[in-house]
Amino acid sequence: MAIELKMPALSPTMEEGTLAKWLVSEGDEISAGDIMAEIETDKATMEFEAVDEGVLAKILVPEGTDDVQVGTVIAMLAEEGEDADAVEAPAASDAPPVPKPAEMEAPQREPADDGIVPPARPEGSARPSDPEVPEGTEMVLLTVREALRDAMAEEMRADDRVFVMGEEVAEYQGAYKVTQGLLDEFGARRVIDTPITEYGFAGVGTGAAMGGLRPIVEFMTFNFAMQAIDHIVNSAGKTNYMSGGQMRCPIVFRGPNGAASRVAAQHSQNYGPWYASVPGLVVIAPYSAADAKGLLKSAIRTIDPVVFLENELLYGQSFDVPDLDDYALPIGKARTVRSGNDVSIVSYSIGVGIALQAADKLAEEGIEADVIDLRTLRPLDKAAVLESLSRTNRMVVVEEGWPVCSIASEIVTICMEDGFDDLDAPVMRVTNEDVPMPYAANLEKLALVDADKVVAAAKAVSYR
Amino acid sequence: MAKAPASKKRAPRKSPAKKSTARKPAAKTAPERERPAEPKRHKATKDELLEYYRQMLLIRRFEEKAGQLYGLGLIGGFCHLYIGQEAVAVGLQSALDGDKDSVITGYRDHGHMLAYGLDPKVIMAELTGRAAGIAEGKGGSMHMFSVEHRFYGGHGIVGAQVPLGTGLAFAHKYREDGGCCLAYFGDGAANQGQVYEAFNMAELWKLPIIFVIENNQYAMGTSVNRSSAEDQLYRRGESFRIPGLQINGMDVLEVRGAATVALDWVRSGKGPILLELKTYRYRGHSMSDPAKYRSREEVQSVREKSDPIEAVKKELEAAGVSADEMKATDKEIKTIIAEAADFAESSPEPDPSELYTDVLVEQY
Repeated sequence: MAIELKMPALSPTMEEGTLAKWLVSEGDEISAGDIMAEIETDKATMEFEAVDEGVLAKILVPEGTDDVQVGTVIAMLAEEGEDADAVEAPAASDAPPVPKPAEMEAPQREPADDGIVPPARPEGSARPSDPEVPEGTEMVLLTVREALRDAMAEEMRADDRVFVMGEEVAEYQGAYKVTQGLLDEFGARRVIDTPITEYGFAGVGTGAAMGGLRPIVEFMTFNFAMQAIDHIVNSAGKTNYMSGGQMRCPIVFRGPNGAASRVAAQHSQNYGPWYASVPGLVVIAPYSAADAKGLLKSAIRTIDPVVFLENELLYGQSFDVPDLDDYALPIGKARTVRSGNDVSIVSYSIGVGIALQAADKLAEEGIEADVIDLRTLRPLDKAAVLESLSRTNRMVVVEEGWPVCSIASEIVTICMEDGFDDLDAPVMRVTNEDVPMPYAANLEKLALVDADKVVAAAKAVSYR
Repeated sequence: MAKAPASKKRAPRKSPAKKSTARKPAAKTAPERERPAEPKRHKATKDELLEYYRQMLLIRRFEEKAGQLYGLGLIGGFCHLYIGQEAVAVGLQSALDGDKDSVITGYRDHGHMLAYGLDPKVIMAELTGRAAGIAEGKGGSMHMFSVEHRFYGGHGIVGAQVPLGTGLAFAHKYREDGGCCLAYFGDGAANQGQVYEAFNMAELWKLPIIFVIENNQYAMGTSVNRSSAEDQLYRRGESFRIPGLQINGMDVLEVRGAATVALDWVRSGKGPILLELKTYRYRGHSMSDPAKYRSREEVQSVREKSDPIEAVKKELEAAGVSADEMKATDKEIKTIIAEAADFAESSPEPDPSELYTDVLVEQY
């Protein structure tokens, strides 16, 4: 049977092109690889190569023709043993239509109603909540640093696939001492000092996760993870989706995030909004030691890739932590850290401490704030935000980070889209100033979010 | 070592075909260190030869068909064909232990998957973006995976697969499972910084990994000479103490011979090894590449003189395989490809409800 030669698509965007020149004539013998024609695409002039052998029986589109649609039959090729003269031009022909799923038998899974609504997260009682801490449980005062270390050690004891790698995590005992003691207990096989090579070891960790291990990759700070963000986003975050759900990447990228103290612009940045914008990643940013421990344990256990954002200024702060054998907390759930019905203050990480200070000051003036610690930035606990708004009708978002395209911006959007009727005032953002972090002590103080700014905003939304 | 298919335009400082430069770096650059054995051209049995022939032809016909389907608008986006480079994947992967070794590569991945024995139908269906594709239509040409076969992609960011492969090798060593990783990348990726970050850790930790540079001589449109200060890429590991071998990647038997040496080295716990396979791609970098950076004659000359499939055909003739036997293989492959194309054209696109699946695995 004669072969139809069709106007080829020669670039991802080409829909039509000019058949600039035929380099063969009717009756010519064609071998695979011969250049048959020159075709001008939207990008360049391309050579049209033969893939089959035969005799060129008919040219159907003469050279110099513009706007030839992709898929139009431009010539006919007679195959071996076929009479070229007898080859007929086909009746009006197009590229074969792509079968649409609607017309075909659906795959095994039930299609959704309109198919493209994001799956709702479980609501109400079905949603995971913090486990009950049994009455009489002893509380121990731990620093965030110790809580994080304990979380890693417990998970490493429970699962040999868990290991930790990063700069200075082993012999130096951690640049911020978060991995203190781990080398002694688990040895050099599982507590691994890397060279200063963020892009490289983020990739090695991600590959090890793809290969079935459970890596914890420590960045000395997340500022340096900028060099590795390609592996976090492109390799770890997207592979499960791109592979149709067959390639898992159970990895935790962790380290301090946000402004420290007097280290200036390149070392003082909050990456929460960056990572939280990426579907495929889980992003956690705890405030208290109990949450740091419980959420890091869950982060290590989940099969999804997690970005775990700590804060250097919180490492040394102490909090009560339940003294339980296995204190793991649900990912994706906010916590109400102070209850009130006058104004909601939503925050995460170090911002929660500022929100609590502000709430104390507001209480002195008779304003009771409902303080929500988001804890997880992706997936975000929308329901908790909206529930608080429905009681207070006013909201302030506190974020130690830049205002533009921030988590605060996202909370504002949620309130606009899903909580509009509950709003008695516009939601206000209280964030760092929109500048790179300055070094000078006075300027740094001015750039950072503080409790007084939060108090002013809370009063503003309360019209007081 | 056979001649590399060098371009007439190139003016190499030293011919890579010279045995002395290829395999025995000057004493100054490599003092006293143990070096891998000299690779020997593999002495293949008739059955092995027939299998190499079958696999290489399968890749070529598959890629030609993919090119056609692209022309018909059935395959979208970027599509990088492996035509010309078949001996590399077939020669190397024939030496692996499929039960324990892992493979990772870049975006020019269809050929590797076929050489690994994956079903041409599900690969072609991925190219056309259908639900039956190996990644359920969500990955496309550049992002394909088969964890079941220890084929870890299929990565679209140039060079990313090198640290990822090093991580796979880390996992082999950590678990002591006896496996090693084969990480392929191109002459273009060989200039990415992360490759050297990975080299450093791989040697430091003596990881079982074979770094394979498929040097097809052009990083998109830029020749090796125009982009690489050290254009003898097999030397690129020397400063990390990773030994390198330069191999004629157009001869499947030389490739297989090198694979044996490399696997022996890696499996004996000596750490990584680097192979530079000199090869050539006949088609453009991707489908939309008019390939004006090289002459038609250069491509034609390689096709005529160094084609890896023609070379195996000659070996088969010498081994007493009749033209009819080879024709039977050709015919069988033609049928497989036609079926794959039909399958890829006729199977349905993913259901819209798949849009939001597989973003995260667990429910939070």
